[in-house]
Amino acid sequence: MSYAPNTDADRAAMLRTVGVESIDDLFVDIPVRHRDPTLDLPPALPETDVIRHLGQLGALNATSDDLPSFLGAGFYRHFVPALVDQQLLRSEWYTAYTPYQPEMAQGTLQAMYEFQSLVCDLTGMEVSNASLYDGASALAEAILLCRGLTRRPRVVIAETVHPAYRDVAATYTSALDVDLQVVPAASRNGTSVRPNIEPLVEAIDDQTSCVVIQRPDFLGMVVDVDPIVQAARRHGARVVVVVGDPVSLGLLVPPGDLGADIVVGELRSLAGPPAYGGPGAGMFAVRSQLIRRVPGRIAGRTVDLDGKDAFVLTLQTREQHIRRERATSNITTNQALVILGATISLSALGRRGLREIAEQSLTAAHHAAEALAGAGAVIATDAPYFNEFAVHAPQGAAARLDRLRRDGNVLAGVDLGCVSSRFNDLILVAATELTTASDVDALAAAWARTR
Amino acid sequence: MTDEPLIYDLSSPGRRGVRSPLPQFDPVDPGDVLPSSELRSDLPLPEASEIDVMRHFLRLSHKNHSVDTAMYPLGSCTMKYNPKVNEVTARTPGLADIHPYQPPETAQGALELIFELEALLAAITGFPAVSTQPAAGSQGELCGLLSILAWHESRGETRSQVLVPDSAHGTNPATGTMSGLEVISLPTADDGGIDLQNLKESLGPSVAAIMLTLPSTLGLFERRIVEVVELVHAAGAQVYCDGANMNAMLGRVRPADLGIDVMHLNLHKTFSTPHGGGGPGAGALAVQAHLEPFLPEPRVVRNGGTFALAEPSPTSIGRVHSHLGNFGNLVRAYTYIRSLGAEGLREAADDAVLNANYLRASLSDDYDLPYNRICMHEVVLAGTRQRRLGVRTLDIAKRLIDYGIHPPTIYFPIIVDEALMIEPTETESRESLDNFIDVMRRIAREAESEPDRLHDAPVNAPVRRLDEVTANRRPNVRRVPKSGD
Repeated sequence: MSYAPNTDADRAAMLRTVGVESIDDLFVDIPVRHRDPTLDLPPALPETDVIRHLGQLGALNATSDDLPSFLGAGFYRHFVPALVDQQLLRSEWYTAYTPYQPEMAQGTLQAMYEFQSLVCDLTGMEVSNASLYDGASALAEAILLCRGLTRRPRVVIAETVHPAYRDVAATYTSALDVDLQVVPAASRNGTSVRPNIEPLVEAIDDQTSCVVIQRPDFLGMVVDVDPIVQAARRHGARVVVVVGDPVSLGLLVPPGDLGADIVVGELRSLAGPPAYGGPGAGMFAVRSQLIRRVPGRIAGRTVDLDGKDAFVLTLQTREQHIRRERATSNITTNQALVILGATISLSALGRRGLREIAEQSLTAAHHAAEALAGAGAVIATDAPYFNEFAVHAPQGAAARLDRLRRDGNVLAGVDLGCVSSRFNDLILVAATELTTASDVDALAAAWARTR
Repeated sequence: MTDEPLIYDLSSPGRRGVRSPLPQFDPVDPGDVLPSSELRSDLPLPEASEIDVMRHFLRLSHKNHSVDTAMYPLGSCTMKYNPKVNEVTARTPGLADIHPYQPPETAQGALELIFELEALLAAITGFPAVSTQPAAGSQGELCGLLSILAWHESRGETRSQVLVPDSAHGTNPATGTMSGLEVISLPTADDGGIDLQNLKESLGPSVAAIMLTLPSTLGLFERRIVEVVELVHAAGAQVYCDGANMNAMLGRVRPADLGIDVMHLNLHKTFSTPHGGGGPGAGALAVQAHLEPFLPEPRVVRNGGTFALAEPSPTSIGRVHSHLGNFGNLVRAYTYIRSLGAEGLREAADDAVLNANYLRASLSDDYDLPYNRICMHEVVLAGTRQRRLGVRTLDIAKRLIDYGIHPPTIYFPIIVDEALMIEPTETESRESLDNFIDVMRRIAREAESEPDRLHDAPVNAPVRRLDEVTANRRPNVRRVPKSGD
């Protein structure tokens, strides 16, 4: 079974047209001693059985229905309206490919253009591409853009940028002449943690191509970044802002207004459930002067021969299929279907809806913090925060999280030891508009029970 | 078809779309917990009703061609049928509503699926180790070249060049640059294969690897592959295979058996995960044992009966994805392989290759065939005969649109004049191919008798040909807010 419709009679007739006797004759260019291996694979399963098998694998995983979850750290459970998935299941969307033939792909192209417009409106930037793989590779590409632009070797990156993004940036730049310098941007004082951007400001110099900061930062804090932006300006360095949770843009000043040159982030939360971390979609927005250095696809508005409004892939001379080794990036496939979901979701939520879910997320997080404090926890975050905060775990985050799950039946958060060993007694707790009062009660009860 | 306004044009002040969840808590005023300087004053998003949003995107979808609409023979993209059961399994709550940071004890099914998929891909390609972390083919290429560089380094060698045939996908040279390598282009021999003499001359102590595509972008299997591999290895370099065309080889040859060192797979091509209007895809990187220590981390491992993420490795090239890759597409690819089994996969390759050869044999009277020999899963025609009539390959492509068929990949590979690169895939029936052949022949006749029909095409699409020059010169890439918005 291969979904191939040819019958044996079809095949026989086609082989006659080709002028060979058997299908084997079509594979004669393969060295004979390597031809026709036996593949050791499990037997084929009909549809009913494969669904059952995958259902069994799924049942081995705990969903947010099984365990109240306060996991965030870049992937958030947000409300995605029902119409989004109804649209994503339309064949015209998901079984099409890159709109290289614009006359047959106006739907995808206009949706890309609308996406780019929404991203610009949310971030306060002037140009957006139609996505990169994920937030992490978007950051890596931003760093490569700044390197090409400034020809400077150093990158100053705040320790409070998502650690996996920092890792991916390190991989992407490992073969190039780039000096990634991770600089602490938060300080500990006993059980608490607070912003300290002084080391970042001091690290920026005339050899710095860009400084990378995150808002809200990986610890959830909303920090005044103006001194960093001013220092970057003084030294001719570019400012790259990673957006923590895209829903925060419903409430917070857009990074473009703060002086960002490039804004990146992960948009998965707007399009669907976390899906174990992928597919996500990397946001990538810049100032208009940088448009010809942007990696990835961009849709542009134009007209057809009759003067009718239409959309087309534009500025393709940046891309690998034209420019080859001189392209801005090697990316080709992007995350089109995910950003379509985000576009539909933002359209359906609208101005009021996005603001409401942002406010509800903020509300839920602050109630969760209060409930934890009531259960005896020490809230470590000593700064304004949006929907994530750190809580102190005296016995260590890893051990406490394990007990909270085993004895308290909650996924209470993420071990901040992934940022730095200085933080391995802190747990990052996230809440959203989908966090219920009973989830918060369960978290507080679990905390009290595992003290 | 009428113009569809932008979503912004469907907006009316105060109109509501979907309703937000009911408040669970007494509201916290953002102004009480955040400095007012951190709060935005304006959120310029559309305000549209749910039904208007639904209709808007539905009408937009109607302007797209898709695999489920009709034939989509885009060469090198493997636009095969996307099985619907894949969409069901990918939406299983236990595989969709799971968080990348939940502890492995609560994600055993997801880890098992990744582990097993890597094992299945290893069995299909013959390589002992596979990583499904790359988000798409080009990210797999980057991982592959970085792994090769790390291997050279582990042997105390620094190599700075990569050889790329001139028929290669543009991603290959672009990846070479991202890996810090100088890209050396190799000319293609007259029979469409690699020129061994030229290869010998190009190899040297600076060459880290050759990136070749198998079958090549000409749709041809490299007959001298064993000699190529031997020459490259003798020079101390590695062989990277772009696996975009694996659909031709399923069950017919395991690339690892040929001596290839590294290969990426495009799960959205060979293994039927949908192309999504441009993505998401999913890559996978398959390597020989000597390169396994360098694969991206974290890797999924089995300890007895349980699955876990391996500890960080000092030799790994590091992470390329924030988590474990495009997991949703891994679920789809796993579903596909389990649905087909070994026999089904081989049947897919057989029918893909038969279908391409059927097109080749059936169209050779009407179109030039620069390499007229048995092809693999795709065939490259040339519109050179039609060019003499004043008709370009672009015109042929646009005329196909009028007949309701998506054009093939055109002007690629770049070494073929007026190229039309046609990949029918195994999921097109003989009748569908006969319709395509009929249309292509009619277009060849039209080129002779009514060339303006081709010059004017398309006339049956939502729009006619577009002004791309102005789009490039004066880019309009976002809706500019009207004053007063």
